[in-house]
Amino acid sequence: MNLLDATLVDWSRAQFAMTAMYHWLFVPLTLGLGVIMSVMETLYVKTGKEEWKKAAQFWMTLFGVNFAIGVATGIILEFEFGTNWSNYSWFVGDIFGAPLAIEAILAFFMEATFISIMFFGWKKVSKKFHLASTWLTVLGATLSALWILVANAWMQYPVGMQFNPDTVRNEMIDFWSILLSPVAMNKFFHTVLSGWVLSSLFVTGISSWYLIKKRQTDFAMKSMMVGAIFGLISTLLIAYTGDGSAYNVSKHQPMKLAAMEGLYQGKTNAGLVAIGILNPAKKAYNDSISPFLLKVEIPSLLSLLSQHDVNAFVPGVQNILDGGYQTPDGVALSFQEKHKRGEAAIQSLASYQKAVTEKDMAAAKIYKAQLKENYPQFGYGYIDKAETMIPHVPTVYYSFHVMVLLGFYFIALFAFLLYMLNTKKLEKSKWLLWVCMWSIPLGYVAAELGWVVAEVGRQPWAIQDVLPLNAAISHISSDSVKITFFLFLILFSALLVAEIRIMLKQIKKGPVTE
Amino acid sequence: MKIPLFLQKLFSFYRDGFRNMTVGKSLWILVLIKLFIMFVVLRIFFFPNYLNTNFKDEQSKANHVRMELIEKRVQ
Repeated sequence: MNLLDATLVDWSRAQFAMTAMYHWLFVPLTLGLGVIMSVMETLYVKTGKEEWKKAAQFWMTLFGVNFAIGVATGIILEFEFGTNWSNYSWFVGDIFGAPLAIEAILAFFMEATFISIMFFGWKKVSKKFHLASTWLTVLGATLSALWILVANAWMQYPVGMQFNPDTVRNEMIDFWSILLSPVAMNKFFHTVLSGWVLSSLFVTGISSWYLIKKRQTDFAMKSMMVGAIFGLISTLLIAYTGDGSAYNVSKHQPMKLAAMEGLYQGKTNAGLVAIGILNPAKKAYNDSISPFLLKVEIPSLLSLLSQHDVNAFVPGVQNILDGGYQTPDGVALSFQEKHKRGEAAIQSLASYQKAVTEKDMAAAKIYKAQLKENYPQFGYGYIDKAETMIPHVPTVYYSFHVMVLLGFYFIALFAFLLYMLNTKKLEKSKWLLWVCMWSIPLGYVAAELGWVVAEVGRQPWAIQDVLPLNAAISHISSDSVKITFFLFLILFSALLVAEIRIMLKQIKKGPVTE
Repeated sequence: MKIPLFLQKLFSFYRDGFRNMTVGKSLWILVLIKLFIMFVVLRIFFFPNYLNTNFKDEQSKANHVRMELIEKRVQ
């Protein structure tokens, strides 16, 4: 890869990361707040108490602000695919296009239809019809997330496709294995649950502000109760799906797991790092410098969580590059061997094309078979050095550990909050109310860090093992990417500031009684 | 021509809804500006689809990507 290419790839990556992270500031609140307001409206319809209607309407207003500002910010990512990542866009063919098309047609229109009834229909339709519209809006938003996450999961674990050398596209051969792949299902639940946790923090945090100000206390206590229960359930479920994520990563992306744990040398009975500080002096994966300055480990837990066996061998960075260890699928290949197979696959693609052009169909058939045999390592043919295979370990490691620590903090916070609510001590515990309020940004931090682990951890791949970023990039100038990077930065920052201002105005105004 | 009743009802549903909005028009203005910037300014001037702009048919797009994939390999 020459310097110009590196600049182009890096700027395109930075632009995509920035756009995705801004988009993810809006989406999780939509997913979680939608459920919370639907629960409140359900309580209103069941009990007939106006207080629940007031609460549902207030949170619905904040949902509306967030939805309106955030809607379509994800479309920018699709623009970037077409402009910056055109080789990738072509190469993935209908596999990536199909889930996104379903998302646009089914889920988005479902959301768009029912959201207007939800906002405008309070006095126009029956209570039950309105409630159904509210739940269907939330279901639509969640289904949107499903299709996007299925597409993302396929990039992490490509299944259900076959490469066609004539069209140079991966063609879908098994829709259900793409939709129901363990990586896709786990990613969907883990990601949606992160939105639920964030929204619970949002609701309990804002309710705390009302309690501190001694305003709307009945409304705030009711919201606090719903937020805390919903938050505790969500955090416990996200811990469960987090375990599923680690298992999938261990099976399909072992390098990501090694980076998450700062594990350079693999071992049996591998311990999970509870707290640790990486050694900045470690510069190469195969030097003799210890990767940690300080480390507290829980014995055998990494083996147990990642492979469901306390005695299992967990490969480190060096083992993954050197190969030779036993996996459920056989002996792991070294980087050199994978690179050789990748080169052979690309050469077969070139030879196949030449044979087809020369109408030598017998030779074409042989090259096509060779390509198919080596296709699982196709992407390794674009990677020159073993080191390129290693994601930035400190970014992945710290993102993962801070996210997990925050997850445990959220469980403790919601559990304690429920205890204080049940013992009726909450209103007098001002410190706890302040803690709840200042925990809102921590929910956003945890949600963003989850994506950092998922996406930085799978570098250098656009599609795991099949297409690295340097092959996925378009033949364009990096200057144009730099310009649009800053354009997005300005646009999204302006939107974020606007959202915060409108939300704060609505929060200060408080729930309105009819 | 007489407008069907359900369309009249649908129109008044949205008209009344927008009229009675509490969060305000500034939010709508903001959303419309955002969509204009995204779909008109950015899409047309800054984010042309690379393959659609440079190649006219599916075969030439496939040929281009094939060449890119072959030429970018490490030898």
